[in-house]
Amino acid sequence: MAIDTDKNSYTIIFAIVMVVVVGSILAGLASGLKPLVDANKRFEKQQNILYAMGINANEGTSDVAFISTDKVEDEFTSTITKQYVIEGTKVSEVSEAYLIDIKKEEAKAKDPSYTRKLPLFEGEKDGQPIYVIPIRGKGLWDAIWGFVAVDKSMTVQGVFFDHAGETPGLGAEIKQRYFMDDFAGEHLLNDAGVYGGINVAKGNADPKNERKDDNAVDAIAGATITGDGVTAMIKKDLKMYVPYFKTLN
Amino acid sequence: MGLLSKKDSKLILDPLADNNPITIQVLGICSALAITAQLKPSIVMAISVVFVLSVGNVVISLMRNIIPSKIRIIVQLIVVATLVIIVDQVLKAFAYSLSKELSVFIGLIITNCIIMGRFEAFALGNGPWKSFLDGIGNAAGYGLILIIVGFFRELLGSGTLFGFKVLGDSVEKTGLYAIGYENNGFMVLPPMALIVVGLIIWVQRSRNKELIED
Repeated sequence: MAIDTDKNSYTIIFAIVMVVVVGSILAGLASGLKPLVDANKRFEKQQNILYAMGINANEGTSDVAFISTDKVEDEFTSTITKQYVIEGTKVSEVSEAYLIDIKKEEAKAKDPSYTRKLPLFEGEKDGQPIYVIPIRGKGLWDAIWGFVAVDKSMTVQGVFFDHAGETPGLGAEIKQRYFMDDFAGEHLLNDAGVYGGINVAKGNADPKNERKDDNAVDAIAGATITGDGVTAMIKKDLKMYVPYFKTLN
Repeated sequence: MGLLSKKDSKLILDPLADNNPITIQVLGICSALAITAQLKPSIVMAISVVFVLSVGNVVISLMRNIIPSKIRIIVQLIVVATLVIIVDQVLKAFAYSLSKELSVFIGLIITNCIIMGRFEAFALGNGPWKSFLDGIGNAAGYGLILIIVGFFRELLGSGTLFGFKVLGDSVEKTGLYAIGYENNGFMVLPPMALIVVGLIIWVQRSRNKELIED
């Protein structure tokens, strides 16, 4: 059975059949594995939130270590006692606020008539309530995001940053401990109680980061734009929560 | 090897040494530079390429008589891309943290010239079993170099293997570090992969003079 594989009609039919077959194989696989992939993403988010609160497996290493995926679900439900959604002045308790996609919320908020949903997670550490806030912004190449844990006077307790595609060795270092650990203890409000954010800056005469009330941490050399992105996302996203924290005090 | 004829075993063993895709044919260098700073991603990359190349070779070989020659490169690309997406999805589902680490590079398997090269040069003209062996052989030859480079770069650059501190702790100054040893930070940068590959080529050619071209 010899087929003339050079005929145009054969080539076109071959291409169509190939695309249909490959398309259905991949679609089947993707939908089959989706529950597993989604669960992994959920665990990752929980690990990140807990990391910002200081619940991690960092002890004894100098690397970032999350608590293991098989424990994270239980730890998350027991630590994060309340999850809120803030819409304007309305605050409602929602059971799975951490699944809110802040990227989509950000896009929707471009429409001025839309009230953006702001997720907020409350947990407890050493008897004090701690609030974790998700933030998102732009780095040099791609998105950067993170979680910031603050107490009710908006003093940072811990942070976690991640990125989609910053330069390895430079911007990608924002997810290293030497950078993230610097944020703990920083004040988001300045002395006058006005929101100041945290500047990631070189030359603030405080490279060891001993002053916690200067609204600044030391930047990573060679990662200026990524650092500016971190500054901007803290300034922009955390600021939206300030009215809520004013009501707490 | 009772299972394989002499000719078949040559298909597997040749690319491991005397016809190695990286050190002799100098293919697939780009990914060899990118992911070999540590041992673990090197091994995962090696396994993924073994899977993609062996299965891809078989698929192309089975279709070799029905592929229209006009669009054969596109067909080859589709086969590689499909297999790579399968690898990516499976890693995302079962080894999430690893897939985050490797994300870009798994996608880059598609551009690995060894794969298209073997499809074009071997699978289009040979039967499935031979193509399968050829795929395993070439991918293993590629993976072998990856693992050797990864081993030296992680050991000398970070003083660890699989993340374990085999040379002692550089911060606490234990083990080798106690007597003044320092990690060579240069080893974790991509250019050193090229230099390590170059050293492997040098060692290999000085052991086997037949490999030296004029």
